[in-house]
Parts: sequence; C-alpha cells; structure tokens
Amino acid sequence: MGTNVSLEDKFQAYVDAENRVEPKDWMPEKYRKTLIRQISQHAHSEIIGMQPEANWITRAPSLRAKLILLAKVQDEAGHGLYLYSAAETLGEPREKMIADLQSGKAKYSSIFNYPTPSWADMGTIGWLVDGAAIQNQVMLTRTSYGPYARAMVKICKEESFHQRQGYEVVMKLAQGTPEQKAMAQESLNRWWWPSLMMFGPSDDNSPNSEQSMKWKIKRKSNDTLRQEFVDKTVPQAEYLGLTIPDADLKWNEERGHYDFGEINWAEFYEVIKGNGPCNKERIAHHVKAHEEGAWVREAANAYAKKQADRASNDASAA
Amino acid sequence: MAGGWLNGVKRDFTKDEALKEYFYFLADDSLILGQQLSKWCSNGPVLEQDIAIINTALDHIGRARLLYQELARLEGGDTTEDTLAYFRDHLQFKNALLVEQPNGHWGDSVVRSFFIDTFNFYLYDALRGCKNEALRGIAEKAIKEISYQAQWSAEWVVRLGDGTEESHNKVQKSVDDLWMWSGELFEDHPVFEILKDELPSFVSFKEQWIKKVAEVLKMATLIMPSPELWMQTGGRYGIHSAQLGYILGEMQSLARTYPDATW
Repeated sequence: MGTNVSLEDKFQAYVDAENRVEPKDWMPEKYRKTLIRQISQHAHSEIIGMQPEANWITRAPSLRAKLILLAKVQDEAGHGLYLYSAAETLGEPREKMIADLQSGKAKYSSIFNYPTPSWADMGTIGWLVDGAAIQNQVMLTRTSYGPYARAMVKICKEESFHQRQGYEVVMKLAQGTPEQKAMAQESLNRWWWPSLMMFGPSDDNSPNSEQSMKWKIKRKSNDTLRQEFVDKTVPQAEYLGLTIPDADLKWNEERGHYDFGEINWAEFYEVIKGNGPCNKERIAHHVKAHEEGAWVREAANAYAKKQADRASNDASAA
Repeated sequence: MAGGWLNGVKRDFTKDEALKEYFYFLADDSLILGQQLSKWCSNGPVLEQDIAIINTALDHIGRARLLYQELARLEGGDTTEDTLAYFRDHLQFKNALLVEQPNGHWGDSVVRSFFIDTFNFYLYDALRGCKNEALRGIAEKAIKEISYQAQWSAEWVVRLGDGTEESHNKVQKSVDDLWMWSGELFEDHPVFEILKDELPSFVSFKEQWIKKVAEVLKMATLIMPSPELWMQTGGRYGIHSAQLGYILGEMQSLARTYPDATW
C-alpha cells in the first residue's frame, strides 16, 4: 500500500508541473468547492458591479461618455456570463449560484457596497477598482483551472480597456474646471481605501490563501498584490495632480516600494458582514429585477416548449 | 388638420429648415428611445436579455450621435452633438410620442420597441437610396442594427404572446395601451412635401408597417387594434407628454449644472 500514490498527490504533482485542470479531470472535492466559491463570487461581483455604474448611464454628461459607460456596463454583464459558464463546468447550476447570491450565502466584491453619488466615481471606479481587479486577474490568467484561466484572458483585455477609459474620465476632470478637479479629488478620497481592501485580508489573516496558492488557483498573496497596486497607482495620481488620502504614504528607498497606512480592518469586516452603505440596496435591486422578470422567463420557457412540441409533431407527421 | 391641440405650431418651413427638421425627427427618436432602453441596464429578466437590450440602447445612442453630428454641421456656429442633446428643452425635441412612453414592464418595452423598430426598418431601408449623402451613409450602417432590433423585438412579442396565459394577457394590454401612440409615426408633416424629391415621407411606410405588425401579432396569437382608432399627435411639432420633461431633466442634469465644463 505504501507505494500507492494517492489521487490527491497525483493531482498536486499534475498542478505542480504547471498543467491545466479541465472539467472532466479528477480533482479534490475541496479544489472544486474552492473554485465554485471563487468563480461564482467573481461572477456576482461583475453583476452587482453593474448597479453603481448603471446609476449614471442616464445622466452621463456627454453622448460619448454615455456610450462608453453603457458599453462598459454591457461588458461587465458579459463577464458575468462567461464566469457563470466557467463555474457551471464544475457542476454548479446558474440558478443555484443566483439563489446563493440573493440569500447572502455567496459574496461579491465588497467595493460595490459603496455608493456612487458623483459622476467622478465613473472615472475613479475604472481607474482604481478596475485597476485593482486587473492586478488580481492578470495573475488568474495562469490559474490552474483551465476554463477559469481562459475566461480571464478575455476579461483582462476588456478590463485594461475599462481602466484606461476610467483614467481618461478622471484626467478630463483633473484638467478641467476647478469644480471638476474638486469632484475628482473628492471621489478619490472616498474610493482609495475601499480599493485597497479589494485585495482581501492581510496575509496573516487570510484563511483560504495557503491552500489556494498550493493548488495554483492563486499565485500571489493578497499583500503582494496590494503592494503592486499601490506602487503602480501612486505615480498615476501624481501625474493627475491628485492627492492620495493617506498621510503615511511615502516611498521607501530600502524596500523599493511605497509604505502606506493601516487599512481600517473593522470597516472591511463590517462591510463583508453586510453593514456597508449599499449591501441591502444591491441585493434588493437584484432580487427585484429577478422577481419582476419571473413571468418573462416563464413565458420564454413555455414558448420554447411549445415550439419543441410543434417541431416533434411535425416530424412525426412527416 | 387644424386641431385645437396643435394650434399655433410652426407649419411653414424653408427648405433648409425642413431638412433639419427631418434630421431632428430621426435623431430625437433615437436618443430618447436609447435613453429609455438604457434604464433596463441591470434590470432585465435574465442576464442574456440585459445584454441584448443594452445593445439596442447602444445602437440607438450611437445612431443619435451620427445624426446630431450632421445636424450640428447644418446648424453651424457653436452647435455640437452635445449642445443638441443637453441644451435643448422639450419644445425643441421632435421625437415621436411613442418613444417617450414609460418603460413599464418587459412587455411594454418590447412592444414599444417592436412598433418603432418595424417603422425604422422600412424608413432606414428607404433612406439607403435617398438623395442626402449623409443620411445614406448613416442608413447603410444603421440598417444592420435595425434589422437585428426589429427581429429581436418581434421575437419577444411572439414569445410573450404565445407563452403563458399571464404573458399573453400582459402583452395584449401593452399592445392595446401603446397603440394610440403608433399612428403618429406615419402622420403627414409639412416638411415631407418640401423634401419630396430627396427624402421619403413617413406616410409612405404606413401600409407596410400595418401589414408587418398584423403578421407578427397573428403569430403571437394577439389581437391587433384597428389602425382607424384615434391616434395621439404632437411630438413632431414639439408638443409632448409630461414624461419627456422627466427624461430630459434626468439626462441633462449634470451637463447643465456645469455648462462650461468639458467631459
């Protein structure tokens, strides 16, 4: 018996050799569960993330800006769709994932539990939130689960485009009238810290990270990704002439990185628990659309069934 | 056609004015419908249809931009696509009343789109061969989108009409409620006579529209109201429903708060 290699060990060796895991391959149950949790959470983030931006589509201040924003939110819906499909390859039906989202069992990125009172937020979200997402997603293009990695390649291309568009919105504000510049600064003040929180708990407090790293679902730690994001973003803010709201932010010559202040972890955990300013609103919005659409989905199913019945009647008559 | 409701509206147009008016009909229909459809974003009955309806909103707003850009050239001076969208008031908007009707439920929005998409299909198909070069180019691009839109909305009318009893009843009511706004699409207007050698009159699409709508409604097992029923009017003369004030109020709020800003 001692010479037998367990399925788990074989799987680990397979992943260690940088092979991609495909839907029909054997995988540890916990690997499957972890991926369903992570991919569905990612899908839900795209879908819930439509709301804070959709909020400004009708008020976008130019037709060009309206078109860009609308196209961006449409891309997010598309990302949600690929990701739900990727999760479905692991045997989880979309209806179940949506039910888990609505019941609060499944999470989505906490950043979307903050409101978007200002047009400038359309720029800041693209610049910081999509920027932080890309930091994470570039790593995920090399994740060990094939369908997820492939979905990420496509998503990353579009997200980089969104980030550039977001940066352009902020740049126009930062170079605009004094009121516009103030708008950009105020928005940065609100989004900076929640953006840093997007990378999750610090490495010391990240319960799922170690196993995910071992299975190569994840390839960089939360703190590493967060540091990369800060290092990349500070010069961009400087270029815009905007001030990052952190008195402790300074270049550390020795580390070759920016030092930054302590994240408000109490806020982070409270928002995750459901106590952010928009948690209830986001889920209520999703539930309302879903319930109001029930009769439409039923009609579409009933019609499809009638059509199928007619086709089979025609076939048997022929 | 001197009714009380349309008393005092402008009916004398020079040829230049008539051409611009024709462009406003098309551009304002596209913008207001695109604006309305965009409100479905994150509110659709299923994710795939959220994407589909956002797509139609994108097409309408994209088309509105092309039309406003040409209008800005015709208007001259400092006029831009954005001054036309954001700094005109309801009296200057010439969209058909149909497109400013509220989104309502999915069936209401689908029927509203079906009526206008079917009209747009015949209109833009004819514009591909018109004498105005700018419109020809816009129509050539638009007809592909409109063909898709007309198919999408017609398919939904059929699906809802021939779906469940609930959906059938709901969408029949949508057809009945929206019907009185449909006649305005083919209403005669003084500019059509002035432009008759260059551009098609909207009146000329009425028969095709009625035939197509009757065909789709029959497939949907729905009853078509009589085209002879009393129809509402006013949009092409800037006389609108109260809805339009809210639509413009929302759309224009930020641009008007900071009129000197560029975005």
